Amino acid sequence: MALTNQRKNQHLLWRAAFGPMAENANELSDISKQDLYKLLIKTSSEKPVTLNVSNNAYDGLIKGLQDIGKIQQLTLEEKKQFRKQSAENIRDLNILWLDEMINSEAQLREKMSLFWHGHFACRILNIFFQQQLINTIRQNAFSNFGDLLREVSKSPAMLTFLNNEQNKKQHPNENFAREVMELFTMGRRNYSESDVKEGARAFTGWGFNLRGEFMERPFLHDNGTKTFLGKTGNFDGDDILDIILEQKATAKFITQKIYKFFVNEELDTEKVQFLSDRFYQSNYNIQELMNDIFASEWFYEEKNIATKIKSPVELLVGVRRLIPMQLDRPEVQMLFEKVLGQVLFFPPNVAGWVGGKSWIDSSSLMFRMRLPQLLTNSEQLLVTPKEDDDVMMGRQGADSGNNSRNLSVTVDWDSVYRVFAKTKREDLWEKVNEIVFQTKTSINPNILKRFIDNNSRESFIRSTIIELMSTPEYQLC
Amino acid sequence: MMLIKRKEFLQIGSLASASLMMPTFLKALEKKSWVPPGNKVLVVLQLSGGNDGLNTVIPIRNDIYYKSRPNLGIQRDKALQLTDEAGINPALPFFKNLFDEGNLGIMNSVGYPNPDRSHFRSMDIWQSASNSNEYISTGWLGRYLDAQCSRCEKPTQALEIDDVLSLALKGEQIKGLALLDPKRLYSSSNEKYFKQINAVHENEEPVVDYLYKTLSETLNSADYIYEQSKLRPSSQRYPASGLGKNLQTISSLILSDINTKVYYVSLASFDTHVNQENQQKRLFTELNDAIQAFVTDMKNNHRFEDVTIITFSEFGRRVAQNASGGTDHGTANNMFFIGGGLKQKGLINPMTDLSELNEGDLIHKVDFKSVYATLLHNWLTADDEKILGKKYELLNFV
Repeated sequence: MALTNQRKNQHLLWRAAFGPMAENANELSDISKQDLYKLLIKTSSEKPVTLNVSNNAYDGLIKGLQDIGKIQQLTLEEKKQFRKQSAENIRDLNILWLDEMINSEAQLREKMSLFWHGHFACRILNIFFQQQLINTIRQNAFSNFGDLLREVSKSPAMLTFLNNEQNKKQHPNENFAREVMELFTMGRRNYSESDVKEGARAFTGWGFNLRGEFMERPFLHDNGTKTFLGKTGNFDGDDILDIILEQKATAKFITQKIYKFFVNEELDTEKVQFLSDRFYQSNYNIQELMNDIFASEWFYEEKNIATKIKSPVELLVGVRRLIPMQLDRPEVQMLFEKVLGQVLFFPPNVAGWVGGKSWIDSSSLMFRMRLPQLLTNSEQLLVTPKEDDDVMMGRQGADSGNNSRNLSVTVDWDSVYRVFAKTKREDLWEKVNEIVFQTKTSINPNILKRFIDNNSRESFIRSTIIELMSTPEYQLC
Repeated sequence: MMLIKRKEFLQIGSLASASLMMPTFLKALEKKSWVPPGNKVLVVLQLSGGNDGLNTVIPIRNDIYYKSRPNLGIQRDKALQLTDEAGINPALPFFKNLFDEGNLGIMNSVGYPNPDRSHFRSMDIWQSASNSNEYISTGWLGRYLDAQCSRCEKPTQALEIDDVLSLALKGEQIKGLALLDPKRLYSSSNEKYFKQINAVHENEEPVVDYLYKTLSETLNSADYIYEQSKLRPSSQRYPASGLGKNLQTISSLILSDINTKVYYVSLASFDTHVNQENQQKRLFTELNDAIQAFVTDMKNNHRFEDVTIITFSEFGRRVAQNASGGTDHGTANNMFFIGGGLKQKGLINPMTDLSELNEGDLIHKVDFKSVYATLLHNWLTADDEKILGKKYELLNFV
């Protein structure tokens, strides 16, 4: 496929957003990529609506974050109830966020939030903490990395997940300090074991109160002198974060990760160095970094297009943006996430999802290639994902019943047909191909012909889209 | 030149015209990509949820055990006695038979330093064979595939009997294959569309090629596995349980000429916080009956010497019972080794020391990575140090 304006714009939409949407897929040949990017910035600049699914939860137990302290006073049975409720609400939060990714105009913000959600990976079964963390991420997704780092590091979710509640003057726990350096900021080989120890001492006392608000507890804090990354002083946690942000290694580490996620798994060392220097000079302004990428010419070069394997969430959301549909039981999407290996709010560990080729094995590829058919034909799901015992806590799985596997989907095909309303019949194949695929090459039309329903213009469009989506090529963006 | 067995030849002949199949078939023989009887196989049986090891292998002379578990403890006369000091859960009578005939090994106190109590994380640690403070995104058996299989024609050296592939079988370059049922995999991958687009695909961008390579391996393997699974039907009856069916699938493949070295299968729901006795009894009955059928099958077909089954769980449970008739997440645990080729049988190491606990939890004595190293080195003749990234002490059970 030629490097048309349409394809460049779709490239931008797949990387800075979740792919083209049915209602405007057709306008992409006319608008310039600069204007399209400006539009993405504009729609993502407003403060996001807070995701909140916990309003109706815990009646009689806990009413909201203000009541979080009550957890301590609950009986064992009530605590169990709370965890069960939390698991259900986190599922709701998952579905609600997916809806945002599909429908929100603030596409760049949600895409960047998905990146940070994997970067600041936190696996914890407390709906209030998870909800607070994801909203923090969404609010700061493309403002300033220093602010984002600070807010995340002070969130009850992360402090709990990385055991900083157990990090006390007499008994330091290094987990939090180590992961902040290894995974959130500098990456390995840029600090020593002694820096981990000294950093951990500075974070002693970082915790949160009963309302889930960050607080420093002086009686647990180690007030002694610490030597951290060559500096010596009576540092506290904020000082440590400042020193970490002074390191160029931090700008480089984050830039590399962003480049891999948004541009190409194969690093271009020169480009990364250039971007990282500017990121550092801008004092970690995320939006400027993204401007440097998306407003460049090199981002749109052929070598960067269709080289990325869509993550399960990107795949699912991408299908749903081009083919608008209504799911009777949207929670079934979590089953897709489980089978394909990316459940929102349940990253494998604090290192997040590895991405790239690790998404693909025999069974996940076969399932990916069946997904469009499953959805649009309302088929029954014949797969069983593995149970998550941290969530189930000995209960029987909700996925085990057949009832939960019947897909009931209403597809709004009319919106899809409208995309091609002005396309002549003989150009239809070419046009559908251009909108669905990002790869340079496509499926051999002689093969495809055997599987396409040619009875009407509508059936042709419908079956071509489904068949094209059911291919290895469609896994790429 | 090896003999081509008549039955196998007919089987393949009936699937496709002989002229089409012969060349690849002979090529396969040349490359030894099928393995003659004598091929050692490993079956990993994962007990998900954290099986309570103390009520599995019971310290029947230990007062601390009975004091910590006034209701949940299994009384000496209820347990099936193995030795003076050890009994086995009454729902595992076949395991006692195995013990008595010298085909069961029990390794106590297996775990790792700084144990994690989250199911997922601890399973992650076991499957990736990492330390509890590091994150490895490949599995130990996946790295075994990387080391052994760089030129393997089909990715069938390690199979998981499941819908979803576990981290344990994911390597950097090569991944095992998950299938719940050979027939279902065969029919689902037999979709004409997938076959045809795969057949005409030509080399292009590396990532597209990677995906097509995976597709093509899946489609080929699906046919291969299905053919093999029908090659030598066994008359052994298996229980209708999930594990029974899965072990029957594994047996059908072990008895074929497939090149699989590792099978991976799970039995879930061991997270017994509540009402443990009934839950564990139900699961152990399923385990016992399925293993009985499988072992009998292997013995009747003279393959039991070539098979080692190991069981593990992401953690054991706390020594004391909780208030709901169950137990909470613990640390170290025991592992079973079953097979006709064990070098050490019975209780391989001392029973867990209950007088020396860490805040109510067992202290591990054997690193599970030592068990892996032993299996890799002694049983699968692989480079354990390369696969595990470090030299762990080799044990002697195989």
